[in-house]
Amino acid sequence: MLFLRRNDMTNKKQTKVLLVDDEPNILVALEFLVKQEGYQVWKAENGEQALQTMEKERPHIVVLDVMMPGMDGFEVARQIRKNRRLEHTRIIFLTAKGTQSDRFKGYANGGEVYLTKPFDNDELISTINDVVEFG
Amino acid sequence: MEPGIVIVISFAYVALLFLLAYYGDNREKQGRSLVNNSTIYALSLAVYCTAWTYYGSVGRAATTGLGFLPIYLGPAIVAPFWWVVLRKIIIISKSQHITSIADFISSRYGKSTWLGVVATLIAIFGIIPYISIQLKAISTSFDLLAIHDNQLGPHSERPFYQDSAWFIAIALAAFTVLFGTRHLDPNERHGGLVAAIAFESVLKLVAFLTVGIFVTFGLYNGFGDIFRSGLQQAGIARLFDLEASGINGWEWFWLVLLSMSAVMLLPRQFHISVVENTNPSHVKKASWMFPLYLLLINIFVLPIAIAGLLEFPNGEFEPDSFVLSLPLAHGKNMLALAVGLGGFSSATSMVIVAVIALSIMISNHLVLPLLIRQQSFQERPKSNLGGRILGIRRISIVTVLLLAYGYFKAVGEQYTLVSVGLISFTAIAQFIPSVFGGIFWKRATKKGALAGLVAGFAVWVYTLPLPTMFEATKLSAAFLEHGPFGLEWLRPYSLFGMQGSSHIAQAAFWSLLINLATYYFVSLYTTQTPLEISQANLFVDIYKYQAGGVEYDIMRRQASMQDIRMLLNRFLGETRAATLLAPYEQANPQTAGPELVNYVETNLAGAIGAASAKVIIGSISKEEPISLEEMFKVLEQTKEAIQYSKALEKKSAELERTTQQLKQANEQLKELDQLKADFITTVTHELRTPITSIKALSKIMLETPSLPPAQQQEFLNIVASESERLTRLINQVLDLEKLQSNQAQWELEPVSLAEIVEQAYLGLQQLMRDRNIRHDLSVMNRPLAVLGHADYLTQVAVNLISNAIKFCNETEGRISIRLSQQGPMAVLEIEDNGRGIAAKDQHMIFEKFTQVSDVHRGKPQGSGLGLFITQAIISRHQGRISIRSALSQGATFIVEIPLLAPSE
Repeated sequence: MLFLRRNDMTNKKQTKVLLVDDEPNILVALEFLVKQEGYQVWKAENGEQALQTMEKERPHIVVLDVMMPGMDGFEVARQIRKNRRLEHTRIIFLTAKGTQSDRFKGYANGGEVYLTKPFDNDELISTINDVVEFG
Repeated sequence: MEPGIVIVISFAYVALLFLLAYYGDNREKQGRSLVNNSTIYALSLAVYCTAWTYYGSVGRAATTGLGFLPIYLGPAIVAPFWWVVLRKIIIISKSQHITSIADFISSRYGKSTWLGVVATLIAIFGIIPYISIQLKAISTSFDLLAIHDNQLGPHSERPFYQDSAWFIAIALAAFTVLFGTRHLDPNERHGGLVAAIAFESVLKLVAFLTVGIFVTFGLYNGFGDIFRSGLQQAGIARLFDLEASGINGWEWFWLVLLSMSAVMLLPRQFHISVVENTNPSHVKKASWMFPLYLLLINIFVLPIAIAGLLEFPNGEFEPDSFVLSLPLAHGKNMLALAVGLGGFSSATSMVIVAVIALSIMISNHLVLPLLIRQQSFQERPKSNLGGRILGIRRISIVTVLLLAYGYFKAVGEQYTLVSVGLISFTAIAQFIPSVFGGIFWKRATKKGALAGLVAGFAVWVYTLPLPTMFEATKLSAAFLEHGPFGLEWLRPYSLFGMQGSSHIAQAAFWSLLINLATYYFVSLYTTQTPLEISQANLFVDIYKYQAGGVEYDIMRRQASMQDIRMLLNRFLGETRAATLLAPYEQANPQTAGPELVNYVETNLAGAIGAASAKVIIGSISKEEPISLEEMFKVLEQTKEAIQYSKALEKKSAELERTTQQLKQANEQLKELDQLKADFITTVTHELRTPITSIKALSKIMLETPSLPPAQQQEFLNIVASESERLTRLINQVLDLEKLQSNQAQWELEPVSLAEIVEQAYLGLQQLMRDRNIRHDLSVMNRPLAVLGHADYLTQVAVNLISNAIKFCNETEGRISIRLSQQGPMAVLEIEDNGRGIAAKDQHMIFEKFTQVSDVHRGKPQGSGLGLFITQAIISRHQGRISIRSALSQGATFIVEIPLLAPSE
């Protein structure tokens, strides 16, 4: 990633992050962490809500759970990749599904990074920072 | 006829044969083999028809009528099965460079030297009488042709230099040496010889058919005429009566069995059909052509026998010589000479092949094992052994023929051709268990084969040759009549008190029974060495190895190239050694690896037999034999494949059903496995979710000292409730584990279901009131006694009522609970007015971790284990749970549990 052009570090305030998880308590923690780092935060509790919010807000980054009622995270990712207006949106999967084949599915469906729960706070934040900076 | 003419013609005939053989060998060298042809192969098999057939069949027909037939019925019956049995033996033998029947047996049982020795001895003792009767046949016919009568008296009283049999033995020895030991072939193939044998088969058939036509259509007016004339005489008519001629089913059975084994296992038959075989697929044609040949050569047997009996009513000639004496008596000298030549060829072909086969066995299995153990052999490593082996072969040939001549002088003349031949057949039949057991039964051991052969052979010696010797020498009539030491049950001709059976049938019965039993039981109670196991596998599963699927290196041996070269030079000569090693010399290796060592051993085995080759290779190689464990590992891997293919082959309904059941069981296991995997995945997921919040939030609180107290309070609440959730989940998993594992510890006792439900209801009443849910409980019968576990049943009621609370309408909730008796069952119904469950989802709600979620209401709380546990508890009570619901119309869960006894 180092050979890629660095984005301007000062535009964090304008960077929008959408957090998608069906567990409200996890959303609480995610929201706190990402806001603390200075990003603008939106939340969604399922896939359909997430897609609606994205149409409106065009976030730069989506932190996406996989196992959700209704549309699952992989499906959400496919919808994002189909949508030309969301082509700059980067997807970070954050899920309890940790097998190799799940990871593969995640990358195959357009995920940038695949993180597993329970996550490490610092790792999550630095991952988001990296994706914003380089990707 | 002048003796000189007969002698000249005989020599001319032999010269012709030799030319033919020479030509055949030359064609072989040029690679245009004469004998690579299925017709020639089938004809060469007719070496089975010896002088015994040519002269003896008529003799036997003249004394026992149809009694001559079983000897040809056996081969005709077994021939259709050759495609399975003989072809397998051929393929095994080609892959192992097997050179004789003794080599075959020795190879199968771990290349055992001792088995080779025993099998060779049995063959020698069995075959020498057989060869002797060929000498008898040739010399008798010679005497008849040249002198017209036995004016010189019996052979045993003549000095050998006046005995035609002596000169015939010498001539045959010379001829066989010329034919059979011109060079040492690593495959023991003699193409020229086979061509000559096939030619002789044609000649003897044509000659016999000619004399048959002469007698039937020349002396009489066809078959009908002969049989009618015969029937008019009481002595001859008797022959058409099977009972009176002493041939019954029992006798036929044994004669057929003996001839079946003889046609495959006699050393000369094995040599021609297996060792000289150039292509296993030739067996196909042979399996119908050979029986046809037997039919043709037997057509005229009865007519000639009857004609002979009519012609010589006073026994002027032995019935064994009718074929010759009939044309002679009618002055047809040229015909008689042609017949004599036919008889000569039937005897010579048998003698040549049998003696070559025996000489190979003697040199490879008797002499070489002794030789290679000698000091002098090991001290003179440079000498060429190829020449020495040929020398041994030549000496063996001469010795065998001399022994046969000796037997002929001492015993042979007093017996008919057939009776001596059958004694040989019975000896050779001793190979049946070790050969056929060996190619179909892996468990058979070397010790079993050795014990079986020795036991069978001992019984044979005791019941057949021993008494003939006593009779011949008139030593002791008492021995035969009263048994040794007066023990009647040991009388050789009625062993163990067996009566009413011919000598041959009872000897065959006892020797084979004891042989087979010994072979079987000793095999069961002894173990195999790794080499035996690998050889057994190779023999039994030859088709699999031939298909090239499995690499098989039992011995991981190494030897220096120098030693290998020296060894091959000694046994095969420098030219052949160089040819054999050429593909390996390019890399110019210093040491030979296991592959090359095996290759050399197999090729050497062709020259000197498997057992000797093993010993010799052992003397120059460092051996690291595979351990038994490794062996089993290899076998285990192939076993599954074999079992699978066997199951396929057997098309019986039962096996297919079993296969089906196995498949189902396998599917079920797979399904269970998948369920277990799913369970673990889901449990870990369910555990990770609360841990994620707990971990993230507690870390935040640790690292952010400036957190506002309100926020801190919120986070701590979440941590507490998620911990609660974690505890609940763990408890449920433990519950489930308990439910599934220890059924035995369940103590069921009579409890009142009404009481249990009332208590659960009371416990949850407050919660329902808090949520503004209207609720009622109606108990229509009590006490509703069931055999049950109070705590678990309470859990059922609580789970179901909690579910109803969770899922009922959020604003105007309503739950009604009814408890009643319906027939022999106590019935609990719990109804809510929630969204209900769609019909398509109803079947899955009782599965682990299934929650029917919907987007608008979000995820329901709970692990998804509740209903599953509920159902497990109910089924432990022999009850069942069902659901009545439709989407948007609420749901009713119905639990039925059998009543303890009908309430009054």
